[in-house]
Amino acid sequence: MTDVIAALMFAGVIAYAVLGGADFGAGLWDLTAGGAERGRRPRHLIDVSIGPLWEANHTWLIYCLVFLWTGFPRAFAAITTTLYVPLGLAALGIVVRGSGFAFRKVSLRTPEQRLYGAAFAVSSVVTPYCFGTVAGAIASGRVPSRGNGNAITSWNNPTSVLGGVLAVLVCSYLAAVYLTDAARRTGEEDMRLYYRDRALLAAGVTGAVTVGGIFVLHSDAARLFHRLSHRGLPLLIIAGLCGVAGVFLLVTGTATRAVRGLRATAAAAVAAVVCGWGVAQYPFLLGTHLTLDEAASPRPTLWVLIAVAIAAGALILPSLILLFGLFDRSRLDSSPSPEAGGAH
Amino acid sequence: MAFTLGFHIVLVPFGVALTTLMLIANYRGLRHGDRTALLLARRWSKVAAVLFAVGAVSGTVLTFELGILWPRLMGTYGPAFGFPFAIEGLFFFLEAIFVSIYIYGWDRLPPWAHFWSGVPVSLSGIGGAASVVAANSWMNQPGGITLRDGKVVAVRPAEVFFNGAFWYETAHMLLAAYIVAGFTVAGVYAAGLLRKRRDGYHRTGFLIGFSVAAVAIPVQIFVGDLIARRVFDKEPRKFAAIELLPRTDTHVQETLGGILLDGRVRYGLGIPDGASLLAGFRPSTRISGLNAIPAAERPDDAVVSVVHLAFDVMVGTAFLLLGLALWFAWLYWRRREVPANRWFLRCAAVSGVVSVVSLESGWVVTEVGRQPWTVVGLLLTRDAVTTQGNLWPFFSAALAIYAAVAVAALLVLRSMQRRWRESGDETVGVPYGPREPSDQPRTPEGRT
Repeated sequence: MTDVIAALMFAGVIAYAVLGGADFGAGLWDLTAGGAERGRRPRHLIDVSIGPLWEANHTWLIYCLVFLWTGFPRAFAAITTTLYVPLGLAALGIVVRGSGFAFRKVSLRTPEQRLYGAAFAVSSVVTPYCFGTVAGAIASGRVPSRGNGNAITSWNNPTSVLGGVLAVLVCSYLAAVYLTDAARRTGEEDMRLYYRDRALLAAGVTGAVTVGGIFVLHSDAARLFHRLSHRGLPLLIIAGLCGVAGVFLLVTGTATRAVRGLRATAAAAVAAVVCGWGVAQYPFLLGTHLTLDEAASPRPTLWVLIAVAIAAGALILPSLILLFGLFDRSRLDSSPSPEAGGAH
Repeated sequence: MAFTLGFHIVLVPFGVALTTLMLIANYRGLRHGDRTALLLARRWSKVAAVLFAVGAVSGTVLTFELGILWPRLMGTYGPAFGFPFAIEGLFFFLEAIFVSIYIYGWDRLPPWAHFWSGVPVSLSGIGGAASVVAANSWMNQPGGITLRDGKVVAVRPAEVFFNGAFWYETAHMLLAAYIVAGFTVAGVYAAGLLRKRRDGYHRTGFLIGFSVAAVAIPVQIFVGDLIARRVFDKEPRKFAAIELLPRTDTHVQETLGGILLDGRVRYGLGIPDGASLLAGFRPSTRISGLNAIPAAERPDDAVVSVVHLAFDVMVGTAFLLLGLALWFAWLYWRRREVPANRWFLRCAAVSGVVSVVSLESGWVVTEVGRQPWTVVGLLLTRDAVTTQGNLWPFFSAALAIYAAVAVAALLVLRSMQRRWRESGDETVGVPYGPREPSDQPRTPEGRT
């Protein structure tokens, strides 16, 4: 039963990494899109592609947090008392990012848009980095079961930094892939090439950092390395294959040929990496010292959570499918400009 | 934490009730072919979108803060009262999805399908608010759990969710949401009417907002009265603070204003037997005072004073708003149209602010009124709070950022309002050009 809850919670983590991650990555590309004139069209594509979706994608984070504190309250308290700095930064980042994005959308003057846009973009990088360090801290066993671990070293250590950097990179790769696909659907060939190049760049850097990361993990978190390279190995291989397939599709795909598989391979690669982390850590929730069973709430609470998850499956999944479906069929108009209406 | 909650709670009415106002306008527009009402619905939906975004992120911060600032509370009682938040998350998810469909679906979806896509937004707003109130009211009247050695070993979810205070706190909060949203919206259009903009647009906007609030306010006062008696029954400590009552007594006077200094009531205006009559309908009703609380658990004089004054403000503002609603009824009954009386419109214009003050003071009564407990009878606030000492930099940063977000939100809303007034144009492009925009909204160029 505890395992079921853990799996449900982890499904939320994966969903957040894949869907929310792409939104964060879009912020990174927004940040690097250049001045107001040069960055206009890349930013416009970002606005159109994440406008209707980011709030729903963001909700996965709340889902994960709520499952964590209701299902595993001890672990939640331990994590928050130890990692309050990166979590606090991530929380601030989320506020600034969400409001920045929403405000930019409705403001007209360029200086205002610059301000809100910068707020959105910078926090889009800070937040995933912080979440990455948190994941690294949990995975490398730096969160004591009783909480109140070291406030600084718990998230400033080789594994955490690796986690943070990888999180930012993975988000940027996901976003570039999604945006490539979005540009293909709106028929903007130059934008497609623009984001395709960035996707390839992100894929290359992510690959290199991952290979380097193997050595980091080997020296810093030997047990995690061991589990990843044994139990987690198949998943990591899948992730690698998906990454290679993604690069292949990016290079060969053209504007006319629908590249439906592109988004799927990118999402699968990220999901497989996150799964690898979960599998490597199982049955522990914190490092190798607090198991899921030890941290779990009493059974009635877990039953309620399962009921909530079933209700979510019955209510939210169809709604999400509806949302994404409407979005894909351009029934949701996030760009009020007359040209955008017929441009796809 | 209190600050972020206080910030977040102002946004709740708009998530819960502004969407309802928007749907009323939308329905009216479709049913009667009223273009003005449709325009209102569309604009309100944009305001709702901005406020929803801010509400979503400030709500997320709350989920972090619960852990960062209150680890003991969540660590120990998470199994008990964490799950209402899970249910809230469910509603919030639905809301986020359908908000997007509704906001971005204008012009693209068939009109009635579009209208129906807004209905889940309103309903899940109500469900979500009820779930959060369930968690909060559980802290006032905890039940449904079995403790052994300070650990929760058994949970009866239905008893936790539908705890003693659940129904009335939920009703109170939802009514407050409709009142605040209604008066705020009405206030905006009342200001327009005062400036001689007596067109159908302003009249309809005013009427929709004001009628919702005016219907809700008498109900709210009735519910509030019921609640006060329930608090008298079930939460005597809070009641003693509300009534500013140092000692248990019969024939208790109702004190208006006043504070507690060194255990004595000062400066208040007393109404003989008032509190006893209100609590039990008889002057001989005995009300438990602060002295009935063991010294170690007794709230400070300052805390008691704050709770009492907040209660007075809440009730006082509620009656002012009721008076405004009755005034409207009288004026409307005579002329059958939106009143042109300038003093009435001036009062209506500030009614939104007054209702927010009322909402915030009500929140102070229920949260501060619980002190020194976080979970009444189970967990003292000083035990629940984090043991990490250096939170001040964070807290200051959070304050600064919230202030910036609040100011930015207001500026953005104001600029939207100004734009609507000037051009009446619905399309706002996403221009990133270096030039200052002209009156025409610009569109991204160079599309192929």
